[in-house]
Amino acid sequence: MNALLHKLWSVAIVLLLLPTGSPLAQSESAGTSAGSVLQQLTEASLKRTGELIGQLEQTGGAEMRPLFEVMLAGELYFIKESKQIIAITKTERRTYIGRDVFGEATLGEFTSREIKKIRVNNRLRSQLRETLARIDLLHGSKSAQKQAVLAMLDDLNEQNMRLLTAAQQGGVDGEVARLIDLAAAMVQLRDSRVSEERLEAIGVMSGQLEPAVRNQLQRLVDDAQEQDLAVRAAAQKALDKISERIEFFGQLEQLFFGLSLGSVLLLAAIGLAITFGVMGVINMAHGEMIMLGAYTTYVIQQLFPGAIAYSLLIAVPAAFLVSGSVGVLIERGVIRHLQGRPLETLLATFGISLILQQAVRSIFSPLNMQVVTPNWMSGSLVINPVFSVTYNRLYILLFALAIFAALVVVLKKSSLGLNVRAVSQNRDMAKAMGVRTEMVDAMTFGLGSGIAGVAGVALSQLTNVGPNLGQSYIIDSFMVVVFGGVGNLLGTLVGGFSLGVANKFLEPSMGAVLANIIVLVGLILFIQKRPKGLFPQRGRAAE
Amino acid sequence: MNVKKTIASIALAAGTSVISSVALAAETIKVGVLHSLSGTMAISETTLKDTVLMMVDEQNRKGGLLGKKLEAVVVDPASDWPLFAEKARELLTKEEVDVIFGCWTSVSRKSVLPVVEELNGLMFYPVQYEGEESSKNVFYTGASPNQQAIPAVDYLMSDLEVERWVLAGTDYVYPRTTNKILEAYLKAAGVAEEDIMISYTPFGHSDWQGIVSDIKKFGGAGKKTAVVSTINGDANVPFYKELGNQGVSSEDIPVVAFSVGEEELSGIDTGPLVGHLAAWNYFQGIDSEANEYFVEQWKEFIGDEKRVTNDPMEATYIGFNMWAKAVEKAGTTEVDAVEQAMIGIEFPNLTGGIAKMNKNHHLSKPVFIGEIQDDGQFEVVWETDGVVAGDAWSDFLPGSKDLIADWTAPIKCGNYNTKSKACSGQVQ
Repeated sequence: MNALLHKLWSVAIVLLLLPTGSPLAQSESAGTSAGSVLQQLTEASLKRTGELIGQLEQTGGAEMRPLFEVMLAGELYFIKESKQIIAITKTERRTYIGRDVFGEATLGEFTSREIKKIRVNNRLRSQLRETLARIDLLHGSKSAQKQAVLAMLDDLNEQNMRLLTAAQQGGVDGEVARLIDLAAAMVQLRDSRVSEERLEAIGVMSGQLEPAVRNQLQRLVDDAQEQDLAVRAAAQKALDKISERIEFFGQLEQLFFGLSLGSVLLLAAIGLAITFGVMGVINMAHGEMIMLGAYTTYVIQQLFPGAIAYSLLIAVPAAFLVSGSVGVLIERGVIRHLQGRPLETLLATFGISLILQQAVRSIFSPLNMQVVTPNWMSGSLVINPVFSVTYNRLYILLFALAIFAALVVVLKKSSLGLNVRAVSQNRDMAKAMGVRTEMVDAMTFGLGSGIAGVAGVALSQLTNVGPNLGQSYIIDSFMVVVFGGVGNLLGTLVGGFSLGVANKFLEPSMGAVLANIIVLVGLILFIQKRPKGLFPQRGRAAE
Repeated sequence: MNVKKTIASIALAAGTSVISSVALAAETIKVGVLHSLSGTMAISETTLKDTVLMMVDEQNRKGGLLGKKLEAVVVDPASDWPLFAEKARELLTKEEVDVIFGCWTSVSRKSVLPVVEELNGLMFYPVQYEGEESSKNVFYTGASPNQQAIPAVDYLMSDLEVERWVLAGTDYVYPRTTNKILEAYLKAAGVAEEDIMISYTPFGHSDWQGIVSDIKKFGGAGKKTAVVSTINGDANVPFYKELGNQGVSSEDIPVVAFSVGEEELSGIDTGPLVGHLAAWNYFQGIDSEANEYFVEQWKEFIGDEKRVTNDPMEATYIGFNMWAKAVEKAGTTEVDAVEQAMIGIEFPNLTGGIAKMNKNHHLSKPVFIGEIQDDGQFEVVWETDGVVAGDAWSDFLPGSKDLIADWTAPIKCGNYNTKSKACSGQVQ
């Protein structure tokens, strides 16, 4: 019975694959055997699946690449009824679109009950990655080739070396050629017994940052059996050179982390620098303006599920409008009635912040919302094996600087900015000159709140979007503004970045918890010494 | 704080007056539910409140216990630790409940502990915790470290051949104690000091770039590396995101977590988590008839197809059913009788096999390691051969090595020193 069924399925799969113009159909004999192996995937245990992948690589080779890739992505399913193996793309609406594994043809929509996933685990994933590396080395694009060689560096067995040599003969250049030379040097150092050859190999490896190189040299230096003192000394020297470079890039990385944390602090604080710094309103609801911006991002993504890539670009102006208008409402409704009474303003805005949090809890839910990261924000820019910067942090750093620049231009060049400065310096005089101070107050508060909303869009990419999002940033925001000097935008910039960098340079030796505490204590001591912050306001406007 | 207290006491007074005016309830058995329904822990604890209500419902449909109906009394300690003690006192003295199901965080349990001991109440605690405790008045149905952390490390060591270890946790009592036990355990297994990296972060930490970069460097030394994570709550989301962004995949450096379950994964983007691991005594995805029934029953009770089940829910389920069996066995709900009847009670796990309540008030349960799938469910990749008996006092900490808990005669002690033959704590 089983054998019969099995045969039927093999026929079925070949038939099913035939009209889609798959590579299996073209090479009939290989196709049939690969087809039957493929068929076994539908009922294999995880261990058996591993063996099947090996067989598929043997029989199908490069033709099987799409299958391996789909499997690695966890998108390989089979239809329960016909046992046909298909690739599945999940949609936003929790439906499943099927497509042919080896071609472009779509096979329509499925429900979760009709299909079953072909399970993969970590072991299989790493096996698939190695398999793909072997295929890509000879047939892949340049970046795929590079990844393939890098993957092989950790395991330079004979089969891999043969493939590397074959790839080299097939003609490679640039980075890939360098890596293959490096691999050859590593093998030479490992296998050769001739001093000169080994020294030559160390010469090639010296200063290279790939972890495999460092590990091999380290092992050699630590190896008590190693008799060749010249080789050992050379290896030590090469290792020192590598360590030196790693140390340098480590510092660079630390600096980037610090700047990145600083940019987050800057973003969170920059709106407050206006409402608190320029207007002097202690706005405890500032964090909630950030939160509203983050929720705006969420709503935009829900409204346009097809345009995730652009959602952040749409969300920036939307968040500015949402938070900005809420800010204007708060100013008109509450704060203007409390002018000159800072304690009452503090309490009132704290109340508003609780109201806003609860509103969000009631409207959305107390749970965190899922904000999707667009593809262009994921991953990292690899500069070398020990130094890479993640795109989301990089973009947010640039974004923070852009917002800052825009704000400076608005305050220095626009008529609104002129009015804002006039009112904050001398309200009565400005009024006497015909400035509509009430209007200016509302607009300034709206501007500060709007900027906080824009910050929320950026923060939604880094942290959880939930009702408590704002609370975790309000303390930091006040810290930055007070440290930088109240009423001074440049102070906020310098303050944010220096707190970020200080924090990140303390973190490796102190741990994250202690680093936070030390920065806070340092800040308190600093304020004792200079109560007006880094850049105190001078002249008559100061008091 | 004062304002809060006043409000709380007014609310309390109002509540009491309502209840005393109703004052019937002689013919019901009262089940107290002490889970936060507001505040930060509400996300997790509300689910357990609903689970107890479902169990009470089910028991009543079967005809109740000892011929009486069960009545659930729900209070809200609002994620406020001192309030847990107040509410427990209210349940035991005003409501006179026969049993309490409650608490999630260790600090809330520690706050309730003196109250249930003083008033001789009975509480079931359903969450994995750091151990180092056994009270006569509490039954621990969640995992102790030897039922979650130690098997997870064993799996990584034997199956994945991990040689370098990162112990990452949130900075509070559960991760600190668990990591202390794990560190001692790893060193006993021959792992060198420099192959262990320990890192703590504050609650809700979101800037993981430095730590992930350190983990990456630590793992780049040519030895297989794994992260054992006791990171709590929503700090996990940015952590896994950063791992993904920095190109650390689950094949290179797997992360095994003790606080990430189906509930935590529902509604978040699971992309960066796929392939990472979690250790629990229960997974929703485990195939068994009892489990299938339980999942269906839950979805129906809560009225939402998308809701998931998780490990603390199973612990509540087992605890409740064991209590019901013990009450029937004792023929009364009187605490001392039920407490003695509980020891040795057996009840089938949802995942197959039988859970048994041991003399130290901890359960014997199976342990599973699951790999996170993109649908937020787990694929079991490893399980213990049989059940593992929960250990109240860890064998790997110098202070607790010689301690055992045994609530049967003649020892009847929660921290009995086997060397000095003395009991140094609560005696019955």
